[in-house]
Amino acid sequence: MFTYTLKRLALAALVALTVSALSFVLLRLSGDVAIAIAGEGARAEDIAAVRQQYGLDRPLIIQYLDWLGRTLTGDFGQSLYFRTPVFGLIVDKIQTTLILALAAILFALSLSIPLGVMAAVWQNSWIDRLCLWIAVAGQALPNFFFALCLIMVFSIGLGWLPVSGTDGWENFIMPTVALGYYVTPPFMRLVRAGMIEVLNADYIRTARAKGLPSSTVIIRHGLRNALVPVVALTAVQLGFLLGGSIVIETVFALDGLGYLAYQAIAQKDFPVIQAVLMLLSVGYVVLTLAADLVNAWIDPRIRVG
Amino acid sequence: MQFFSTRRVLAAVVGLALALGLGSAAEAQKRQNTIRFAYDQVPENIDPYFNNVRIGVIIAHQVWDTLIYRDPKTNEYKGQLATAWRWIDEKTLELDLRRGVKFHNGAEFTADDVVFTLNFVANPANRSTTQSNVNWIDRVEKIDAHKVRIITKRPFPAAIEYLAGPIVIHPAAYYQQVGPKGMNEKPVGSGPYRVVDHQIGRSVTLQRNPDYFRDGPKPQPQIERIVIRFIPDRQTQVAEMLSGGLDFIMNIAPDQAQQMRAVPTLQIVSGGTMRIVFLNFATTENSPAPQLRDLRVRRAIAHAIDRQTMARQLVGEGSQVINAICFPSQFGCDASQAPVYEYDPGKARALLAEAGFPNGFDIDLHSYRERNQAEAMINYLRAVGIRATLRFGQYAAMREQIRANRAGMAHQTWGSFSINDTSASTPVYYKGLDDDISRDPKVIELLERGDTVTDPQQRIAAYREAHRIIGEQVYSVPLYNLVTFYAASRDLEFAAYPDELPRFWEMRWK
Repeated sequence: MFTYTLKRLALAALVALTVSALSFVLLRLSGDVAIAIAGEGARAEDIAAVRQQYGLDRPLIIQYLDWLGRTLTGDFGQSLYFRTPVFGLIVDKIQTTLILALAAILFALSLSIPLGVMAAVWQNSWIDRLCLWIAVAGQALPNFFFALCLIMVFSIGLGWLPVSGTDGWENFIMPTVALGYYVTPPFMRLVRAGMIEVLNADYIRTARAKGLPSSTVIIRHGLRNALVPVVALTAVQLGFLLGGSIVIETVFALDGLGYLAYQAIAQKDFPVIQAVLMLLSVGYVVLTLAADLVNAWIDPRIRVG
Repeated sequence: MQFFSTRRVLAAVVGLALALGLGSAAEAQKRQNTIRFAYDQVPENIDPYFNNVRIGVIIAHQVWDTLIYRDPKTNEYKGQLATAWRWIDEKTLELDLRRGVKFHNGAEFTADDVVFTLNFVANPANRSTTQSNVNWIDRVEKIDAHKVRIITKRPFPAAIEYLAGPIVIHPAAYYQQVGPKGMNEKPVGSGPYRVVDHQIGRSVTLQRNPDYFRDGPKPQPQIERIVIRFIPDRQTQVAEMLSGGLDFIMNIAPDQAQQMRAVPTLQIVSGGTMRIVFLNFATTENSPAPQLRDLRVRRAIAHAIDRQTMARQLVGEGSQVINAICFPSQFGCDASQAPVYEYDPGKARALLAEAGFPNGFDIDLHSYRERNQAEAMINYLRAVGIRATLRFGQYAAMREQIRANRAGMAHQTWGSFSINDTSASTPVYYKGLDDDISRDPKVIELLERGDTVTDPQQRIAAYREAHRIIGEQVYSVPLYNLVTFYAASRDLEFAAYPDELPRFWEMRWK
């Protein structure tokens, strides 16, 4: 287990490093950062001053190594746009994103588990098909589209919820649903498949034969076993949600990390983009690693394979 | 994916809004005398010298005052913080300052404020964001408590226009104490509104300044509060308007504006802006598109594009065709001697054949905004045989390509920072600077003269001649100006101006 953990950790570090290098190079290939910072009206001398001021006149590899060195010591640099430390900006925004991601995963679980169970229990019936339809819709609809549909119904039509902003808990309802619905289908399929397998197992037959009520059999005996892989998937999806919140936060003007990333991309504020990307990729890698380790702990065959 | 385009969704949203008959939320705002306004960009710093986004300009003019004020209706200059001004010599401008003006923190406005602010921002070491707005100032001297002299580095006749535009005055003592960072956190100006709350990156709340001086050209504000929120997604802004969560937005796409006109609680106003659109050609010896070096080819392109139809159909109400690379209201923007190339595809084909391209040629068109307009131009060019491929990208990327001489033909736009003087437009592209891809020495010389002689008639003559040459040589094809669409609550009274500056101090509820 120790060697396995070590190997996975090394791989995780390598992934994070690759992401950082790739994003660094790609950002620079998308246009001259100095021109972007200096703005539309900038003259050559303004741009030259910016280039020198931010060290953009040095070779790319030096800039990258310099950035990497500082990042490893916890210095994320200054935002080129807001001219404040990137670290402070991220601390300021991360709470909103974490709340949103956690709320979305809770929403996804609370929707997918009952639907998955129902689909399995009434396999091949109209209920199963309805659940399948719900899953397909969740996966097929782009989340900005679904978000706008929610706005259309609940804000414009019924006037129940605010369209955008970060003022109170009611601002989080539609973003949570829009983001959560997007990750519901994989959970639902996993629960359904797991339940079908479990419900055909011998011990369920035994439980039924003992005359236990159907709900007890399904929930206490069946669901508990079918949920094991869901734990691992939750970790992975949480990482995905942290990144996926960019679109949702932008649509709902939620002042979180995703919105910050959007602003940073629009302004070519690369220290912020780099930091957010690093944070998201490291978060994703760590969560995937955690999921792998949990899996390996549950099922020793994985460690050997 | 096309089915789910946000425009389609919005069309549905508007339909639903109509069906439900909305608008009660706006009533509440009217009673509270508040305008809720949203913008899609966040200013990096509210201090007007340290941002270069439009919302920064909008906030600047509500919170701060300039020395001179340009009446947006007549373009006449009036005294704002200055009451009179005169050129002492071609590099010295003397200004008499208004008495009895107070900053939001209670400090009285004097010559020290002008001297400190201008000397501070003109010093490149202080890194004011848009250097070109202030780098003509050499120094500012105090004559007495209410009189100053601005000494320019070179003769700079457009100074008055700059003093009426981007150059605001900060309270010296406060600015010395807090600097641009403090000015961002707790802004203090002398304008009709003061900032009462600034949530960085999220919102800015302005409150009417009850002590605003009375005899200036800006009237006493009527609206009590302006809440400015930063909402990046335009569709969300529209949805907020429809749900009654906002009272005023701008920069709506023309087709959306058309749909929103049907909502009874809203008014949609279009206003022509100073932002001009043109096609630029690299005509220097090493042009990446050598075909463009032939004048007949450039003339063919000018004849190939139906500018009238594009302005009317694609840009919308308020757009007018231009014949020179400047906005018609700008001082010195005289296209009377420049030739006009009428839409004539037959003539275009004949010119191309004459130039040795009877079957046309392939070329790249670089563009960074209003993609639909670029695509329309590609169709016009294709109709005469020029097969243009669209190279669409971010502004910084396009500008880099142009400056590195890798773009033969570029679809450009330029807003002049709302400065109503030709020195803020034509010279950017023709005075031998980085964006000049034709580099005609005669034009460079004429523009230099126009930018620096103080006699207005000589300035006009120099610019007119420059525009004649640019037009005859077709270094660019001037197209039209862009339009800004505003959506506002039906009960809000407001006017749209070419400088795209909503003047909240003029607005009122009906």
